[in-house]
Amino acid sequence: MLAQRPGWMQVVLLLMIILLCVFPFYWMVTTSLKTQVVALESPPVWFFQPTLENYREALFDDGVLATLINSLIISVSTTLLALVLGVPAAFALARFEFRGKKDLWFWFITNRMVSPIVLALPFFLIARQLDLLDRHITLIMIYLTFNLPIVIWIVTDQFRGIPYDLDEAARMEGASQWTIMRKICLPLAMPGVAVSAIFSFIFSWNELMFGLVLTRNEAKTAPAMAVSFMEGYNLPYGKIMATSTLIVIPVLIFALIASKQLVRGLTMGAVK
Amino acid sequence: MRGRTSKKTIFGFVGPAVMALALVGIAPLIYAVWTSFQFFNLTRLNQQRYVGFDNYISVLTDHSFWQAMGRTFFLLITSLPLQLALGLGIALVLHRPGLTILKTLCRLSLVLPMATTYAVVGLLGQVMFNQRFGVVNQLLGGVDINWIGDPTNAFIMIIFWDVWQWTPFVALVLLAGLTMVPGEVEEAARLETKSWWTVLRYVQLPFLIPGLVAVLILRTADTLKLFDMVFTLTRGGPGASTEFISLMIQRVGFRTFDQGLASAQAIILLAITIVLAQIYIRIFYKEV
Repeated sequence: MLAQRPGWMQVVLLLMIILLCVFPFYWMVTTSLKTQVVALESPPVWFFQPTLENYREALFDDGVLATLINSLIISVSTTLLALVLGVPAAFALARFEFRGKKDLWFWFITNRMVSPIVLALPFFLIARQLDLLDRHITLIMIYLTFNLPIVIWIVTDQFRGIPYDLDEAARMEGASQWTIMRKICLPLAMPGVAVSAIFSFIFSWNELMFGLVLTRNEAKTAPAMAVSFMEGYNLPYGKIMATSTLIVIPVLIFALIASKQLVRGLTMGAVK
Repeated sequence: MRGRTSKKTIFGFVGPAVMALALVGIAPLIYAVWTSFQFFNLTRLNQQRYVGFDNYISVLTDHSFWQAMGRTFFLLITSLPLQLALGLGIALVLHRPGLTILKTLCRLSLVLPMATTYAVVGLLGQVMFNQRFGVVNQLLGGVDINWIGDPTNAFIMIIFWDVWQWTPFVALVLLAGLTMVPGEVEEAARLETKSWWTVLRYVQLPFLIPGLVAVLILRTADTLKLFDMVFTLTRGGPGASTEFISLMIQRVGFRTFDQGLASAQAIILLAITIVLAQIYIRIFYKEV
């Protein structure tokens, strides 16, 4: 059975895996192209006249467009902030010896594992008192709790891979550590920086709980919007799936770009 | 040589990140600890007062809290073995030589479920598992199963989506382990025996152990975190049948507005998480 030449069994298995992974997306997209009448047919129909009406209604009548823009603003800002704060920290972790380095590391890993509800409770109370509910800046800041660790982890790893001789040579020329990082190491670390930016964007874009708890209208994110369709009877399935499609497509594209590093990122580097 | 950098320089590099993370990651936790010692109900703010360990005592003696905890671990021990078995199968299929293009396609497909917005997975569940016009009942041969409204079926549905979303992760982690086995060692073993089980058990398994341990710890942490997908799919219902620990804390804090009690629950959850993180770091970051 386990001959080393590829058999038809292997082909069938591979096709089955692909089908199982992709089918829910196929169903999501086709449902988003159905009118409500078609979507509520029982049993479900597989062939029908597609329409883009759900997208038009969701985007412009129900305000999904505004929430997508909010999500974009928040995800891009928090990613940039995480890079600005995280890259120098990563450089220090890769290049300098100092006390508390281990604790810092532990803290980052813990942030990866802690349930967002643990932070959502106090953050809500604090934001309420400081009048920060329903503001973009609140989500931009709280998303740092998972973005900063991921940026620091990936970029530190990347900096470690750059030979120390380069630093030494530059230091002989009288360059400061800051210049060394910016002019020598950062350009070489760009692949890691890019991957960490993609991760940071995906995690922020996908996040629901903080968005749900900390926003109402003005700063509402797209996932929180999709959830608010779920109230009442006669759910607008086509519109819900249209919104879902709009939310999922950007992350899938980014995930495919970073697919080789996805496992490393999700395990914080424990598995290469 | 590396130790000669001045404290000021180091602080210049690390300081901003540490301060930012302290502001958003530590300060709220301190506030949560303070809240957990208060009677703090959002609908009765005028009655707010210090109550000592009362909230903790209520949590620790509360059956529904331990039931939610038990439910969370029950989900873990039902879905994780499935993910491991299926993931290992997929990894072995992908590890076999040949069919390069199809395998690349397969690896790319595996990336999709992991990256999908968790809330969208829940919405997809609503649509596909609907009793009347869901495609799942149709594919099962036109059966009439009530998935969302029945406690057991709802739980099975959650397991299904958890397995759908995270089996690819397990598969890719284990595949990374399989590719670490030196080619000549594996070939020599295959000349010795025809049994794939023997090769797996004695040649490949040692290389899979680190990945397995990582999966075990991370899946435990992620199950304790699980919120988005279940919230959009069942909201913890019907009854409390799919109310996992993070959902329960959210309900107590934001739907029954008892922030004091919810904070105590959150701090207990945090303590469990810290233990997990300690184990993870002990195993994987010895060199740091």
